[in-house]
Amino acid sequence: MQPIDDKKVQDALNNYKNKTIYIHLETTNGAYAAHRNDAAMAVSAFIRNGKIVFSQGKITGDNPYRVGLKMDDGWVYAQGLTDWEIDTEERLLLAGHDTEGRIAVALHLSEKPFT
Amino acid sequence: MEEKHVLVVFPHPDDESFGAGGTIAQFTKAGVPVTYACLTLGEMGRNMGKPPFATRESIPNLRKKELKDACEVLGIKDLRLLGYRDKTVEFEEEEKIVNEIKALINELNPSLIITHYPEHGVHPDHDATGRATVEAVRQLAKGKRPKLYCIAITKNRETVLGNPDIVNDVEDTMSIKVEAIRAHRSQTEAMFQKPIDENNRIKKWLKEEIFWLYQFQSI
Ligand SMILES: [Zn+2]
Repeated sequence: MQPIDDKKVQDALNNYKNKTIYIHLETTNGAYAAHRNDAAMAVSAFIRNGKIVFSQGKITGDNPYRVGLKMDDGWVYAQGLTDWEIDTEERLLLAGHDTEGRIAVALHLSEKPFT
Repeated sequence: MEEKHVLVVFPHPDDESFGAGGTIAQFTKAGVPVTYACLTLGEMGRNMGKPPFATRESIPNLRKKELKDACEVLGIKDLRLLGYRDKTVEFEEEEKIVNEIKALINELNPSLIITHYPEHGVHPDHDATGRATVEAVRQLAKGKRPKLYCIAITKNRETVLGNPDIVNDVEDTMSIKVEAIRAHRSQTEAMFQKPIDENNRIKKWLKEEIFWLYQFQSI
């Protein structure tokens, strides 16, 4: 992945507009968060292959970035995004990594289901 | 440590190296065959390398390769990938996993099984894997049950379980263990970049592998 170039990501997002697409959305602070620090809770959530259509998608912020996708009946939202790539299967991958290189948040868009 | 065949059951690539790498290497060096049943590919791991070289989408294949490399280092010649998905083991039908592990036991007839201690695994996949493995062994006829070494990593493990039954010094296979941990590059690269004294602390922690012998109620 490379550091986010917001103009390029915006162009990539536009390609998915008004199409039925699949998303992978996750956020996590690690399964061991509570084990390593008594004050912390282990918190994570993911949706794999959520099937959505959005009519407007924007990237905002200034490293880290936010992405919001407006759907007919709601929103998809991710905060803390730092890196991006178009992978070998032409999918748009966005992720937020901490200083240790660990994933804290990820949002992927694809026209085909994720495996 | 007179074993015929050892079956290791963990959910994530790298559990085997961190938790029992030295012990496994001791067995394989002594010519005892070791089979590793790994339930998932660690698809949802947080570590992507430091700096990150993997993505959520590329990590399954990378970790599969890292796992094969680690098995090679540890002398594990029989690796079974059970095809579950990281974080989801506890939500599967338990009976299905129990039956798969039971089939492995029937096929291999191991004298020893190593897994996680149920409810002392910290990660829900560890607990689910430990529960299914314990249940698979429990379902065998009493005289036919292999020994069951369980790894406990909760902070209150000694309070609840007492002292470990097996305290295994793995000084003699330490370099193999560290090499196996290194093979899981995406997961452990950051660890090896820590300052030397921190690394020494980690080495001390790696030197001993402790297990609790699972005690079945006498029914
Ligand atoms: Zn694990």
